[in-house]
Amino acid sequence: MNRYLIILFIAALLIAGVLSWFASSSPDGLERIAEDLGFAGKAGGSAFSLMPDYTVPGVKGFWSNALAGIIGVCATFGVIYVVGKVITHRRNRM
Amino acid sequence: MHIPPGFLTPAVWAPMAGVSAASVGYALKRSGAGIDERHVPRLGVMAAFIFAAQMVNFPVAGGTSGHLMGAALAVTAFGLWPAVIIMTAVVIMQALLFQDGGLDALGANVFNMAIAGPLVAASVLSAGRRLSHRLSSVWIVSASWFSVMAAAFLCAVQLSLSGTAPMNIVLPAMLAVHAVIGLFEGIVTVVAVRFMMSVYPRMFSTSISENS
Repeated sequence: MNRYLIILFIAALLIAGVLSWFASSSPDGLERIAEDLGFAGKAGGSAFSLMPDYTVPGVKGFWSNALAGIIGVCATFGVIYVVGKVITHRRNRM
Repeated sequence: MHIPPGFLTPAVWAPMAGVSAASVGYALKRSGAGIDERHVPRLGVMAAFIFAAQMVNFPVAGGTSGHLMGAALAVTAFGLWPAVIIMTAVVIMQALLFQDGGLDALGANVFNMAIAGPLVAASVLSAGRRLSHRLSSVWIVSASWFSVMAAAFLCAVQLSLSGTAPMNIVLPAMLAVHAVIGLFEGIVTVVAVRFMMSVYPRMFSTSISENS
């Protein structure tokens, strides 16, 4: 992988792993409206829970958020990498 | 704007899931025509970057926060169809790994943020390209703003069709809040485009974006 692209990947890791720790914890637009209009309570639980609210279970504070961010960045990159290879490979064989 | 579990009725989320699955399938077919194997790492890094940026909520007026959606950013770099794939991957990972957005609402969330968002951004950007040869910040900001407003509009419609909130209240409320969040979307998108261009100009190579 091109080294300038690696710089951008590291930037993504830093944004998800470090900068996100300083993110606003206020409700987002939809959550806020759900609270104001009184339908926030209609939200149900998840069928399963891996890393809810971008935290890794069993890890506390900064590192829980950082680890969740790093995992998310790597997983998202990985999915697109695999899907991208499949799409381009399939086309090249036709 | 990720719809949590329980907000949508099956009569709304089931058709949304079908429409999204068909649209993403079509996008997978179409994006193969515009990209080749050496573009794949760029798409992956863009997806990772958008996922990361979505974790950073910034404060908006009145105790509300917003974060980047990223549809206009992905469209600016790669054009419509690869952007749909990138945004879909981000929304699916958020739902599966981090319980951000309900599994029942996954089709609707994908439709709003990964299909309609990029579609609107691409329409605004292509109008901009026709009117001026240089891709100016004004067009990127407009594309960002309209992409967020389109997603907010659809989200409000889905909520009201589900009987979760009345249309005449939830629609203006969603549009008002996201009119402000959309401005942040525009600013962050321009900053991200300039940053990426300064680090790696080929991220925005026209070979892909001209193809959409």
